[in-house]
Amino acid sequence: MACICFALSGLVGYRVVAFILLVTVSILAITFDILPVLVAAALSAFIWNFFFIPPKFTIHVSATEDTILLIMYFVIAMINAVLTYKIRRVEKISSIKEERANSVKLYNTILNSLSHELRTPLAAIIGATDNLQTNSHLTSKDREQLIAEISKACLRLNQQVENLLNISRLESGHIQAKNDWCDIVELVYDAVKRVEENNRDRKIHISINQEFPLCFLDKGMLDQVIYNLLNNAAIHTETSARIDISATIHGDILAVLIEDTGSGFVNGDIKDVFDKFSRSKALTTARRGLGLSIVKGFTDAMSGNVDLEKVHPHGSRFVITIPVKSSSIKLAEYEPARDINR
Amino acid sequence: MSRPEILIVDDEPQMRKTLEITLQSNGYTPKSAASAKEGIIMASNHPPALVLLDLGLPDESGHVLLQKLRRWYTNPVIILSVQKNEEDIVKALDNGANDYLSKPFRTGELLARIRSALRSLITDDADTALNFRDIQIDLSARLVRKNNQLVRLTSTEYNLLALLVRNEGKVLTHQYLLRAIWGPGFINQSQYLRVFIAQIRKKIETDANRPEYLLTESGVGYRFISQI
Repeated sequence: MACICFALSGLVGYRVVAFILLVTVSILAITFDILPVLVAAALSAFIWNFFFIPPKFTIHVSATEDTILLIMYFVIAMINAVLTYKIRRVEKISSIKEERANSVKLYNTILNSLSHELRTPLAAIIGATDNLQTNSHLTSKDREQLIAEISKACLRLNQQVENLLNISRLESGHIQAKNDWCDIVELVYDAVKRVEENNRDRKIHISINQEFPLCFLDKGMLDQVIYNLLNNAAIHTETSARIDISATIHGDILAVLIEDTGSGFVNGDIKDVFDKFSRSKALTTARRGLGLSIVKGFTDAMSGNVDLEKVHPHGSRFVITIPVKSSSIKLAEYEPARDINR
Repeated sequence: MSRPEILIVDDEPQMRKTLEITLQSNGYTPKSAASAKEGIIMASNHPPALVLLDLGLPDESGHVLLQKLRRWYTNPVIILSVQKNEEDIVKALDNGANDYLSKPFRTGELLARIRSALRSLITDDADTALNFRDIQIDLSARLVRKNNQLVRLTSTEYNLLALLVRNEGKVLTHQYLLRAIWGPGFINQSQYLRVFIAQIRKKIETDANRPEYLLTESGVGYRFISQI
């Protein structure tokens, strides 16, 4: 910079050079810390004096006018550096404050959603057991129903705890995919079976090629992703809605589609549906939120992607894509040669 | 028939109480211990027919207790674990546990596992022709029939199936199966297992996608079960 100024000094005179140097110091102040900026300010004052103010190449200043200018230059450069630094510090503090406020908001949302999610089944269990213990007028049918309610509430609690454990695993940050060869057909059928067991009135339609190649991925994570999406679909759509799951592989991209003909998400929800504990007006969405942030977290951990699309005329489609290594099955490779005698 | 004795080793009083009631009312004689120390004393004073062992004990890890027990105790041990930690479960199975259940579990599941563990004790060196609903396996002739039709299995398929059948009800870990069928150099080749299990299912299951005999224990291994 000083060199450019030196070249220009013949053209524009040494006083303009001072301003160019001042601009340089100001620019430095925007990006660097206070100490290097102060050093730069002092150095530039020295450079201006040494190289530009006549007589050149001496620290000596001949004109009184130039002495005043030099002192002014030095003071302005210093003030400039200090002010910029202060402004930056205030900005930083306010952004930390904002972050803190956001995390408090998030924390409250979690607590609200949690206390609702945990207390509802607990209330059912306490109510039912109290009734069973103290109410002597219960018919045997009443008793059966109360016990069924307790059982249902326990399953729900268990699912919530499972979700919380998953969330805290994801939150801890050091979650890593443990990849192994995985039979996608088996995984899909197993997840569907569990969802159907928990939602007896639902039937999920599977469409998957029986000759699906083995995929190298974290089975537990993919299972959680698929299970949560299917379970959400089963819980949050009307019984009459159809739920479909399909899986395909193109090159090294595994794609899983989960589609329902339910009433779908509200347009505005679609953008932030995967946000941690996303919560629209209705509490039911908060319930979805926990599952969906797990879905998002685990797909991220597998370096994959999850998208939500609207289906016409109504319904939702989740598209999960994950880059995987796959292996087509050639049985003979795995069979010790001398063994094939049957 | 006498009521088989089952020793419960669990430090949670609530869990012990529930298990005692469940076992008592299902034809077993439950005994309980609240710590590893108490457990090992009770087991050696009067060896039970089966041990239900919680892995998280206050005085000593369930893994250590299991190793101590296995020096002389040959009856089945079923692990109760509160964490679904696959490594933990595999470790316990490798240390000689017959089966595991993660808490919370359904009572029906627990009773089924106990029945199957006690049964495998009886049929360990019994007859070579086995009947399971619509499947017949003749271990001496190495033949498998489904609905009276001969099932054509390759040698490896047969060996894998026979190993699982001989350990009916018991979870065999991936590493155990790979070592036993392919050899010690193959314990990391899990894709071999996946391929062969899928292949055997296509041949012996009525619906290979909804297996009734050859069950997957996710992240742990496989088991053959004879009763639904």
